[in-house]
Amino acid sequence: MAMTMTEKILARAAGREAVRAGENVWVNVDVLLTHDVCGPGTIGVFQEHFGKDARVWDKEKVVIIPDHYIFTADAKARRNVEILREFVAAQGIPNFYDVGTERYKGVCHVGLPEGGHTRPGEVLFGTDSHTCTHGAFGEFATGIGNTEAGFILGVGKLWVRVPETMRFIFDGSMPPYLMAKDLILHVIGEIGVDGATYRAMEFAGDAVYSLNMEERMTLCNMAIEAGGKTGIIAPDQVTCDYVRARTSKPFTVFTNDEGATFHSEHIFNVAELEPTVALPHSPDNRALARELSDVRIDRSYIGSCTGGKTTDFIAAARILNGRTVAVDTFIVPATTEVLQALHRERVDGKTLIEVFQEAGCKVGQPSCAACLGGPVDTFGRLNEPLKCISTTNRNFPGRMGHKDGQVFLASPLTAAASAVTGHITDPRELL
Amino acid sequence: MQETIKGRAYVLGDDIDTDQIIPAHYLTYNPAIPEERKMFGVYALSGVPAAQAGLPEGNCPFVPEGGEPGEYRIVVGGKNFGCGSSREHAPLALREAGVEAVIAESYARIFFRNSVNGGYLLPFETPTRLVEEIRTGDELELDVKGHRLTNLTTGKSYTLRPLGDILPILEAGDIFAYAKQSGMLA
Repeated sequence: MAMTMTEKILARAAGREAVRAGENVWVNVDVLLTHDVCGPGTIGVFQEHFGKDARVWDKEKVVIIPDHYIFTADAKARRNVEILREFVAAQGIPNFYDVGTERYKGVCHVGLPEGGHTRPGEVLFGTDSHTCTHGAFGEFATGIGNTEAGFILGVGKLWVRVPETMRFIFDGSMPPYLMAKDLILHVIGEIGVDGATYRAMEFAGDAVYSLNMEERMTLCNMAIEAGGKTGIIAPDQVTCDYVRARTSKPFTVFTNDEGATFHSEHIFNVAELEPTVALPHSPDNRALARELSDVRIDRSYIGSCTGGKTTDFIAAARILNGRTVAVDTFIVPATTEVLQALHRERVDGKTLIEVFQEAGCKVGQPSCAACLGGPVDTFGRLNEPLKCISTTNRNFPGRMGHKDGQVFLASPLTAAASAVTGHITDPRELL
Repeated sequence: MQETIKGRAYVLGDDIDTDQIIPAHYLTYNPAIPEERKMFGVYALSGVPAAQAGLPEGNCPFVPEGGEPGEYRIVVGGKNFGCGSSREHAPLALREAGVEAVIAESYARIFFRNSVNGGYLLPFETPTRLVEEIRTGDELELDVKGHRLTNLTTGKSYTLRPLGDILPILEAGDIFAYAKQSGMLA
């Protein structure tokens, strides 16, 4: 029976010869990810149902990455990290990236691949909706709640409905003014915020395979913004090289069978796409950057799992080099590894951090920071009803803090160009 | 699981996301601690913009400022209810505020799974749009097994989609109770 790669991954995890979209199957879990916001509740569920002294099903398969509310004076936020510490110590969980230690990473969805925890062919669940990011590595990855995560901690299994697959094929070669963010905002605008509900979104085509892993992660990261259960990209040499550089664990590459059944196929030519923006208050509220030059902004924010990776900052620095920002501009590296890259990577002989400082940007510490608002002292949080252009993933009412704030989602190139001019700007004007 | 749920309706529009259901700055409360768990009910739906809060009129906060939650037992929504984050605090907040069922045209899948697996709410789907049919404050009666909703205020009745495969999980209580009943867990 011909299967999609998602069906093949789930069949292996279910111990079955074959599974078909629409079936509910129990799968064995390869990795469970949690963080400081959902970890304490997950641990509570686990202890309530399996007992205070119960052991997790496999301590090697649990990865805990505090990342949401880190650099804050909020007492409960700090208490929540402490709950993670106590649990990790009691269980002897090795994959813990604690705050204030050399192991600290930052945003879980960037730290997880950096730590070698994303591997083709595996099943990954995380207590965060952007867990779909890791489908970029050719694995099945999706977000779950605390109860399901507490269940997995005890038994190492969960039921899933095998999703149908929607294919999004990007032909052509990527123009220098476009980024993965433009591609995914275009797709979400096309199909809507519930256009992929319960389905896998596969990204393919020459343009996709020309992207590095960070850009592929950006595509899969926002699958949830179309309601998708996961994003997925078939592994190639780029994927395998990235993974092998970070882990010695073996993995299996699955690809679509000839004749596999798909829900639908959507073909785009990247040469026809333009820098894209999602207007408030929905990621599918699509417009083109060049149509929005009359929109003045108060702030530019470059960060998060979607837009705070090394590739994102190299792109922003191409625009900001030798220029100064006209509005408050916040630079938040997703992880400590990305922060190191800001000091190492260069544009025209200058390090990225030099470029950002000379341009007048504010540089924060690695974490989720203001992507989802958070405590009032969070770096970059909208504490007033400001207009912000942002490389993050959501622009729902109140998402970045203030209920009447307005968030415009865009690529790092567009966010940087808009920071320079003070209004929404197509990066082609400054490249 | 109750066979009949009777109470007032609170009506919302499309794409009600989890940041509107429970804004992110309240996520520092730990739902595993009973006193903190209650706070999710106090702040439930506090992120909904005023104009969309309690349709059709709006400007009707789900929990009055400084007041207690518990006025509404059934939330009526449009398409893609519960989209956004995976935070289980969202169905939990509605439950803590006294809500026992949501009736929407469609759900975002993580919210739907969380509602069922955590046993917080009955997430009914309606084949017809009810957002313009039902007004906030209307008295509703929901026949759970018969998947039928009656608006006692207007006298109109609506057939909802059956809960199907998830009914046994909701009847058991949550995914743990279901796994125990079906022999998966000791």
